[in-house]
Amino acid sequence: MFQVRFHGRGGQGVVTAAELLSVAAFLEQRHAQAFPSFGSERTGAPVVSFCRIDDKEIRLREPILEPDALIVQDPTLFKAVDVFHGLRPDGYLLVNTNRSFGDLQIADAVAKLPRGQARAVPASDLALKYVGRPLPNAALLGAFAALTKIVRFDSVAVAIRQTFPGKVGETNVAAAQAAHDAVAVAPVAG
Amino acid sequence: MLKQIEGSHAMAEGIALCRPEVICAYPITPQTHIVERLGEMVRTGELKNCEFINVESEFTALSVAIGASAAGARAYTATASQGLLFMAEAVYNAAGLGLPVVMTIGNRAIGAPINIWNDHSDAMSMSDAGWMQLFAETNQEAVDLHIQAFRLAEELSMPTMVCVDGFILTHAVERVDVPEQAEVDDYLPAYEPVQVLDPNDPISIGAMVGPDAFTEVRFLQHYKQTLALRLISEFAGEFKKQFGRDSGGLLRTYKIDDAEVLVVAMGSVNGTIKDTIDEMRADGIRIGLVTLVAFRPFPVEALRKVLVGPKHVVVIEKSLAVGMGGQLALHVDLALRNVAGAPQVHSVVAGLGGRPITRPSLHRLFRRALVQPWEGTHFLDLNEEVIAKELHYVRKVRRSGPTAENLLRRLRTGAQKPAAD
Amino acid sequence: MTNGTTSAAIQKLHFYQKGTFTVGNRLVSEADRSVQASIDRSNALTCGHRACQGCGEALGARYALDAALRAAGGNLIAVNATGCLEVFTTPYPETSWQIPWIHSLFGNAAAVATGVAAAMRVKGRPEIRVVAQGGDGGTTDIGFGCLSGMFERNDDVLYICYDNEAYMNTGVQRSSATPPAARTATTPAVGPQPGNVFGTGKSVPKIAVAHGIPFVATATVADLHDLERKVVKAMGIHGARYLHIHVPCPLGWGSASQDTIRLAQLAVECGMFPVFEAEHGVVTGRRKIRRRVPVEDYLKPQRRFAHLFTTEEGRKCISQLQAMADRNIAEYRLFDWEGDVE
Repeated sequence: MFQVRFHGRGGQGVVTAAELLSVAAFLEQRHAQAFPSFGSERTGAPVVSFCRIDDKEIRLREPILEPDALIVQDPTLFKAVDVFHGLRPDGYLLVNTNRSFGDLQIADAVAKLPRGQARAVPASDLALKYVGRPLPNAALLGAFAALTKIVRFDSVAVAIRQTFPGKVGETNVAAAQAAHDAVAVAPVAG
Repeated sequence: MLKQIEGSHAMAEGIALCRPEVICAYPITPQTHIVERLGEMVRTGELKNCEFINVESEFTALSVAIGASAAGARAYTATASQGLLFMAEAVYNAAGLGLPVVMTIGNRAIGAPINIWNDHSDAMSMSDAGWMQLFAETNQEAVDLHIQAFRLAEELSMPTMVCVDGFILTHAVERVDVPEQAEVDDYLPAYEPVQVLDPNDPISIGAMVGPDAFTEVRFLQHYKQTLALRLISEFAGEFKKQFGRDSGGLLRTYKIDDAEVLVVAMGSVNGTIKDTIDEMRADGIRIGLVTLVAFRPFPVEALRKVLVGPKHVVVIEKSLAVGMGGQLALHVDLALRNVAGAPQVHSVVAGLGGRPITRPSLHRLFRRALVQPWEGTHFLDLNEEVIAKELHYVRKVRRSGPTAENLLRRLRTGAQKPAAD
Repeated sequence: MTNGTTSAAIQKLHFYQKGTFTVGNRLVSEADRSVQASIDRSNALTCGHRACQGCGEALGARYALDAALRAAGGNLIAVNATGCLEVFTTPYPETSWQIPWIHSLFGNAAAVATGVAAAMRVKGRPEIRVVAQGGDGGTTDIGFGCLSGMFERNDDVLYICYDNEAYMNTGVQRSSATPPAARTATTPAVGPQPGNVFGTGKSVPKIAVAHGIPFVATATVADLHDLERKVVKAMGIHGARYLHIHVPCPLGWGSASQDTIRLAQLAVECGMFPVFEAEHGVVTGRRKIRRRVPVEDYLKPQRRFAHLFTTEEGRKCISQLQAMADRNIAEYRLFDWEGDVE
């Protein structure tokens, strides 16, 4: 079982991101379970969502305590919440930022992860460029596919198109493709 | 058709396949997505021949359903928590009038203190109202139970609640096989009311019944619930034939054959318990699970059959009868009343107000049942520090006042005692 | 002759029914005659029910429902709130209802009726009409939320409130329709402010008008022709409709059972109960007072107001009640000759 925890702020599409990832896994005939952090948080508040992916039925209903991967949609959250809590030592980290991990003061935590498993992607910038709105979730999923290879990019693209038919879906897929390529093509930093 | 879909939306689609004719909607977290989706389906024409009515309270929601059902329409509504309490009077009324309304409960705690998260307090509070109550373990089962619920309700002239864990199921996106319309039509015939308001055949419904017959009415209502015991199994069997899935029934068992400890639970926590059981069995502990689907009618016989044999039964439940203890545990005690060789029953209250029930906690709990079995009610993952501080305060002062506010004040100020005094 | 006890034997012929100003059936055209005068009247509420002697509600309900039944061509379903009407019409194991009838709860008649109407729509039987009915407690108090919701959605229901100004079924307790100063079991006539409080009052007909629903009317058992006319008019309209009928209660008011019609009449003539109708939020008609009387004439025959006539404070209460009546008269322009009081 592969478990992903999404961190973001209300209004950033954090819950949708987990759902999209689960749909991508579903499209690959796998079992997936996406769920929000069950709160009544308003726009702007820190929110968390989860996604489990497995090859067999997922029965577990506890929150994800030890994620295999973190997707952080808002880098300002590192100061607000304990984002790294429970992250497995062999885990992945994907951060939406155009700054360095050093700038974000998370270089120490990143150093504990296996080399190449922590990446920064300017997902909001890409979303702004392709979609016209700084909603980073779709782009991050493209990058996630490249970073972890847990799901194929094609599945992510189909999931995005299914959820957002028409132009919104297409532009989000373009943003996801750009983020995917940035991770897949560019050499691993540090 | 297999879909990766939010539980609430899957349920809405399943309910729509049952061709409800009147749907009453009033928002309360966490059932809202169900009626929102149904409303959308009525608007788009995906669900035809259906009146979707936005009402001004839960009391009205069920009252409208009562009127619609009495007038011969298949009626549905959904609620949770405070909403179920707000409609309490109508809950009893629908059952007393024998109206086969189906209602989803997105199980949620009851305040005060206000809490929007999952536990089973709401459903338990209405368990004696005369409705059938079926608890879903997964969203697949939630969908399937609705289809069975309409058939059961209409067969027995008895309203039915499908209880679905709030957020944990209602808001989870997972794989659900949403049946085809033709399959559902085969399984669930059109509603043909036994008694209906019709100018061509005027009847009076809901007249007063006095001491000379009230007991008989109640006895027969109770008797009908015992008939439901048989029908719930029967219809679940037919459901399996039609759809190929084990959904519903009175209860299900998991690895009970050689078990020395049996766990009894309702709802979504059964999944986490099964994973825990697999892990414990790998360590050589003989433990099994009884998943209770039907809480009303309460399957005494069926439970007795599976519970007699093992040494220990751990009843884990998301509800508490304040001043008494675990309600489900009390029910299990009843099932074992006067039974020779009955196991010891250990009561656990867990997951109140949405507290996660995790595998590490369950591991500790189930091991304890073997090595250090307890009497009374055990509260899983109780924060001993918070309790100790308040108990210390309670012992020190003569009138300690309201607990919730004391805790909040202490958490706010970090003080040892409530700040106000 | 002025002595009532000896005048009964010699009765002068009136063109009006005695004391009511209501034109008798024999003087009106065939079309305008009362539903009740018809040889084939329907008897929605048949004889044998257990209402008290002189019950205004039983009278009002029979006239209202028979008129509704005729207007609907026999296709009528009634929903009843808990209350006197419900209890006295369905003594176990009998029923006085000749129409399909359901009683659910005290506070949900409007909502249940909404459900019945929805079922008729979805079943493709729009010709079947729905009437909900309740007393003032079930309407202005506990059923008020459901009522307002039904109005606001403009559901196709005629709601009839039989207003006898207190919870009579439970033994005469105060409701929000109880007039100020009236004695009830929960507003006893003791202490410095005996009887019900002088609050702001709560005119549910006015509130209904404020919802802008297609038709609102008040009526009284003193004018059964008017009552029937309003029922028929209401039944000719679809959407939410509200009819508020003033129905004296001999038991609760402490009045003689033969005075029910007279008291209903006096309530109108003194201005305490304005009879009017409104369409889509606008008052379109009122029943003018023909012979204005002081409120004392209305209060005096009722034991629930007896305490007002024994003290100076009581006298002040009567003045306050008179002021209320005057305000009604002014507001609804019920009387053309202001100040022409006996």
